[in-house]
Amino acid sequence: MPKIQVENLSFYYGDKLALSDISMDIEDRQITALIGPSGCGKSTFLRCLNRMNDTIPRTRVEGRILLDGQDIYAPGVDVVALRQRVGMVFQRPNPFPQSVYDNVAFGPRILGLHKGKADLDRVVEESLRGVALWDEVKDDLRQDALSLSLGQQQRLCIARVIAVKPEVILMDEPCSALDPIATLRIEDLMRVLKEHYTIIIVTHNMQQAARVSDWTGFFWLGKLVEFGPTEQIFTHPREKLTEDYITGRAG
Amino acid sequence: MSRYTVQRVGFTLLALAALLVVIPILWVVAIVVVRGAGAINWEFLTTMPRNGMREGGILPAIVGTLLLTLGTALVAIPMGVGGAIYLAEYARDTWLTRAIRLAIINLAGIPSVVYGLFGLGLFVLFLHFGTSVLAGSLTLAIMTLPIIISTSEEALRSVPMEFRTVNASLGGTRWQAIRNIVLPQALPGIVTGVILGLLRAAGETAPILFTVAAFYLPRLPRSPFDPTMALPYHLYVISTQVPGMPEKIQYGTALVLLILVLSMNVVATTIRSYFRRRREW
Repeated sequence: MPKIQVENLSFYYGDKLALSDISMDIEDRQITALIGPSGCGKSTFLRCLNRMNDTIPRTRVEGRILLDGQDIYAPGVDVVALRQRVGMVFQRPNPFPQSVYDNVAFGPRILGLHKGKADLDRVVEESLRGVALWDEVKDDLRQDALSLSLGQQQRLCIARVIAVKPEVILMDEPCSALDPIATLRIEDLMRVLKEHYTIIIVTHNMQQAARVSDWTGFFWLGKLVEFGPTEQIFTHPREKLTEDYITGRAG
Repeated sequence: MSRYTVQRVGFTLLALAALLVVIPILWVVAIVVVRGAGAINWEFLTTMPRNGMREGGILPAIVGTLLLTLGTALVAIPMGVGGAIYLAEYARDTWLTRAIRLAIINLAGIPSVVYGLFGLGLFVLFLHFGTSVLAGSLTLAIMTLPIIISTSEEALRSVPMEFRTVNASLGGTRWQAIRNIVLPQALPGIVTGVILGLLRAAGETAPILFTVAAFYLPRLPRSPFDPTMALPYHLYVISTQVPGMPEKIQYGTALVLLILVLSMNVVATTIRSYFRRRREW
């Protein structure tokens, strides 16, 4: 069964239709890339998947999003528990202005996931190892997270997410603030992470989508124009619009 | 004139304007120090006034002002910071919150003597607290609230929205974001606002005139329902109401008040710069 099934999802900001009748299945432990020009709705779509749009006033959702078969927009759904299962990495590296340790420990602490100090230490180490940051910071976990390089900060933010043991990780243009080397490290990391997590990444960088993802969805003006295996999308797109976009003729 | 000359003339004028601000402050401090320093000794700071306040010390006025500031802090800090957290973090933009904000702005503009009269009517007479430390503290607290609320709200709002979003994306509640991220980050701004507010309370005369201050009371208050002397009012009294008052005692009293207020100011500035240096966003 797909990890996430999106069924006829529409999303409104006030009266404005931002997403129109989107349906797609997102496979477990695969990387799904969402591409498309700015303002096409791909980030809005991403934020529907962990209900981060709930905080924006005067928005409305139609349709269903099933996570393991359960509708996340059904009445009575615990949004806190949902967001623990569906974590998010943002565009700009945004560690809290605290120590490296406190950043990774933040989620387990607020959710009360750990049993004692030793357990928390273990979670922090595992999470930092999980993002290949442990060797770079293990000598000084008390150092200010903001003293790390941007690439390290972004990996720290990913560690902060995996510390709460999510099942899905949403990434909203996670490399747009990073240099090419740091970007490649994040991409390597994504390939490792997909063994345990379902990853959905919004990216402006089509090479990135082609490099890392297994599935690609192309958004245009709030519609999902085409969705399929990445290789097919980039070599034999079915839609003329997709072809124009990925070859640089449109967008 | 060449544009460089224009620039030089402009800079000079601006520098002069900045300098002009400094001169009166230095002047006031210099006069008070020169004329008052001689009065300050251990006896002046630790004994009761004698001989119609013309001799002896100003202990009850010092203690009174410290107690009033403490009382003001106890009331105004929880209410002010709590109100600011509500307005900045929880309140939606409705007509009610707009009205509250408008009220706070207007409260800040009310002359302090009006607060004094209000305190007299509400606390001293209606609630029967009498002329007392309690009534004076409450009156000063109300006067201080707008300063504390507006500076604290500003400090809370200056913490990037992103941190709250990240907290939510990790499954945190709003309060967890406030408690763990927003408050610690906003603390220096809040502390500065609180101290500036208390500073104003410590130096005010009008609000305590009818609510707490005693003209001449050579003993310390024993309960919150006792009246007390206080430095600003004492200074007013000995400067205008007592004939044959030695100038040294007048300026000595002014100097004590000045030191008290300035040292609070220095504490506020130090806290602020300490935390500013650590802040990196």
